[in-house]
Amino acid sequence: MAAKKFPVEAGHILLFARSIGDENPAYTDEDGAKKTEAGGIIAPPTFVQSSAQFDPDYFLRPKVGQPWFGSGKNPTGVVRTGGGGGGGGGGLHAEQHYEYHRPLRAGDVLTATTLPGKTWEKEGRRSGKLVFSESVTEYRDEKGELVVTARGVGVRTERPVEQK
Amino acid sequence: MALKASKLTVGDVHTARLVDDLSRTQIVQYAGASGDYNPLHTDEIFTTQVAGYPSVFAHGMLTMGMTGKMLTDYVGDTRLTKYGVRFTSQVWPGDALDSKATVTAVTERDGKMFVSLDVATTNQNGVEVLSGYAEARVDP
Repeated sequence: MAAKKFPVEAGHILLFARSIGDENPAYTDEDGAKKTEAGGIIAPPTFVQSSAQFDPDYFLRPKVGQPWFGSGKNPTGVVRTGGGGGGGGGGLHAEQHYEYHRPLRAGDVLTATTLPGKTWEKEGRRSGKLVFSESVTEYRDEKGELVVTARGVGVRTERPVEQK
Repeated sequence: MALKASKLTVGDVHTARLVDDLSRTQIVQYAGASGDYNPLHTDEIFTTQVAGYPSVFAHGMLTMGMTGKMLTDYVGDTRLTKYGVRFTSQVWPGDALDSKATVTAVTERDGKMFVSLDVATTNQNGVEVLSGYAEARVDP
């Protein structure tokens, strides 16, 4: 994920906190947050994932004037050509790791820089061949200081994961 | 309310119910807030007819986010230093999730105290959906 400018806004934190079912005043209430150890609105531990909103090229967001692979008139808006890429299985999120260097606060403006990591393959029992790929994203504040380091692992499956 | 190293013992457990009956609407809420609009999570027609799954399913990051609430409720705000997970099984609408943190170590580093935790979230059938770890700064 790459975002040149990821403004960390209190309203966005509120919506995000509600979506994960966490109405901690440190995330949702400006006055209440002042009375917490945080001393003001902070972001929940997984909030940086929403930097996707500020990545102009993020591929899992429909873009004006471009076909979208979700349903509309038809079950998918994109005609698939050729195989590969996991058939109907597609990409799934396999792992996510964070290191927190300091609390992320409303008002911070971050820059996200993503570096590709290693890739590897494994034979899966429930979904055929699995291709894993790793990426590391550094979130830095306006002074260039590291705030959060995120390491994600995605997996492409040969076929949809069989249900147990 | 931060934890105190002096009161922690390896093997201590903290548990929390994360959700009773995960709704498609909550998954939509997460899609909108996070910006991950992958139709696998919100578009039943695409997911069943094109992708070949029995229904839409939750973003792994929604489960990680809900599990994060269990952790921050336990260790306190601004205390987490590390949090990492593997998504071991999919989470579906209607699932009930329970999460557990187990103390694996209490250590000192640069004059500060830290607790290491093993983290696991399971569904109503006892199937583990998330497995991971966390570390948090604690008071002496």
